[in-house]
Amino acid sequence: MTPSLAALHGNRACALAAIAAGCRFFAGYPITPSSEIAEQLSRELPRVDGVFIQMEDEIGSLAAVIGASLGGVKVMTATSGPGFSLMQENLGYAAMTETPCVIVNVMRGGPSTGMPTRPSQGDIMQARWGTHGDHPIVVLAPASVQEIYDETIRAFNLAEEFRTPVIVAYDETIAHLLESVVIPQRRTVATVTRKFARGDEQGFQPYAETEDLVPPMARPGDGHRVHVTGLTHMADGFPTQKPDLAARATRRLLDKIEQNRDRIERTETFEVEDAEVLIVAVGIVARAARRAAQDLRSAGARAGLFRPVTLWPFPEQALIEAAAKARHVLVAEMNAGQLALEVERILGRGRVARLNRIDGEPIPPADIARSIREIAA
Amino acid sequence: MNEAVRTNFDIKDYLRLEMMPHFMCPGCGHGIALRCLLWAVHELGVDKNRLAVVSGIGCSGRVGAYIDANTFHTTHGRPLAFATGLKLARPDLTVVVITGDGDCLAIGGNHLIHACRRNLDITCLMLNNEVYGMTGGQVSPTTAIDRLTTTTPHGNAEPTFDACRLADAAGASFVGREVTRQAPALKSVIKAGLAHEGFAFIEVLSDCTEIYGRKNDLGESPEMILAQKSDMRPEAFGNAADEPFRPNRLRAGVLVQRDRPEYGRVYRERAAAERAKAKAKG
Repeated sequence: MTPSLAALHGNRACALAAIAAGCRFFAGYPITPSSEIAEQLSRELPRVDGVFIQMEDEIGSLAAVIGASLGGVKVMTATSGPGFSLMQENLGYAAMTETPCVIVNVMRGGPSTGMPTRPSQGDIMQARWGTHGDHPIVVLAPASVQEIYDETIRAFNLAEEFRTPVIVAYDETIAHLLESVVIPQRRTVATVTRKFARGDEQGFQPYAETEDLVPPMARPGDGHRVHVTGLTHMADGFPTQKPDLAARATRRLLDKIEQNRDRIERTETFEVEDAEVLIVAVGIVARAARRAAQDLRSAGARAGLFRPVTLWPFPEQALIEAAAKARHVLVAEMNAGQLALEVERILGRGRVARLNRIDGEPIPPADIARSIREIAA
Repeated sequence: MNEAVRTNFDIKDYLRLEMMPHFMCPGCGHGIALRCLLWAVHELGVDKNRLAVVSGIGCSGRVGAYIDANTFHTTHGRPLAFATGLKLARPDLTVVVITGDGDCLAIGGNHLIHACRRNLDITCLMLNNEVYGMTGGQVSPTTAIDRLTTTTPHGNAEPTFDACRLADAAGASFVGREVTRQAPALKSVIKAGLAHEGFAFIEVLSDCTEIYGRKNDLGESPEMILAQKSDMRPEAFGNAADEPFRPNRLRAGVLVQRDRPEYGRVYRERAAAERAKAKAKG
């Protein structure tokens, strides 16, 4: 059997990928520019014996999604800026209770209601730090419709493997971009399902410090009868305020992601080996940046591109390597400077310049090339 | 389970005894509500392994942790939304929500009215103690008029919510109310709610002696519980804001029971029909 080729826009690809990844529950609330994901899944899920529900708001949407995941099902929700803001509290609950879930955030212009139909990358920091407290998070930032398909599947696999919420963040441009996508045969798609607790019902410790730091998850009905709480909890699942136990519990949550960076991080580079000028960009901006790098190369400049596909945890080591020879680094993004903060932290502020756009328009290649010429001059 | 086992209720069979002593204040009515829930669970022969208890935040939210079942202590105001996802994904589970007057009617009010409208098979116990106990005794949507709380130092001036009328108006297919003073009656209402196929809203009139009763000179727990009989607080529970005060008209028991299709069943039937149609088309 051969894979099929389809012309899809980003949101449709996301919905189809979710089904292929094994998603069987979606709860959401209408919001531009993400609504097509919900619409598509309201049709698709009943066909595969899954459940779609439109909830009363985004708070309830993520709550329902986590509730279904606690029942043992693969789950997803999709939203945009204002809705993503409303989801932050329950996002923290998912991280704290280690409940796998995928949250798609189609980024639009902000702050507040902002520009609902215009693209933006204004949620880069909200995706990392939106919920309160020290928490682990994984954020994937696809740059094409094909990559939305592939990264959505990867998001489910990472969520299940590491028992963590995973955010797929892309902007309105790719959400509504029509591109051809290679759809693999369903049975060739590698999917991961969380480890479920088996046997040993009496002494089962739902949050034990297992060697891989990801304890197996109890499924209601299997006999383990565990307690799940957003309160800081011990290995047995019950709350604690003992300093040593609290520190250990939070540390394991963070380490679970930190120590598996090599399995989670994914980057793309273009002509970085000899790059004296390195462009750092994510999502749709990275595609313009690639074109700008090509144009600069044609004109004799040694330009390259570093694109984090995994946005958080930020691929720090890969950036250091890509920027090894760069005298100048330009961070181009559709916000007032968020990704730049992380790049400056890693590479130092001395050689990092910024190109920002906050008017609801994508950044064209010519603007990036012009910025490079200016800083290199 | 046979009938003998079902009548021979021992609460210890349903508690996580390693969690004792519990953290509730002396005189708190929530323990009675917990006992009545487990009593009803026992009499109906619900399998503990398939019992899921979802709670929110507050004193009511902590009650679930003592139950030897699948217990989920979620976020403030959201247990009904969590339960909605859980029940839709796992219709084989008996899903009970334990919430409070603040959790359910203030921060979670939106989820309550939509849960009533949707009619998923969830039993919701709202433990109404008229106050935010966990945070130190602030005014709640069911605090009676003129009562003193830590945020109404001059007496509460806001009208109170009648949760049962709200649930009724939002379309709940089962609405019940009972006081902790009458444990067997409370158990019966909970049992009826659990047996009802659809969304069952049950208001449990509990009492907060420690920080509400004391502040308002309502006496110790026995006095507060006895007062439930003489309907000293009907303005909080029995009458709508636009009706004149009517003492001794507080209604308890099963207030509403309607025959409405259970949403999960409807969804699954439609999905199955859709799949059959697709299959027939080839």
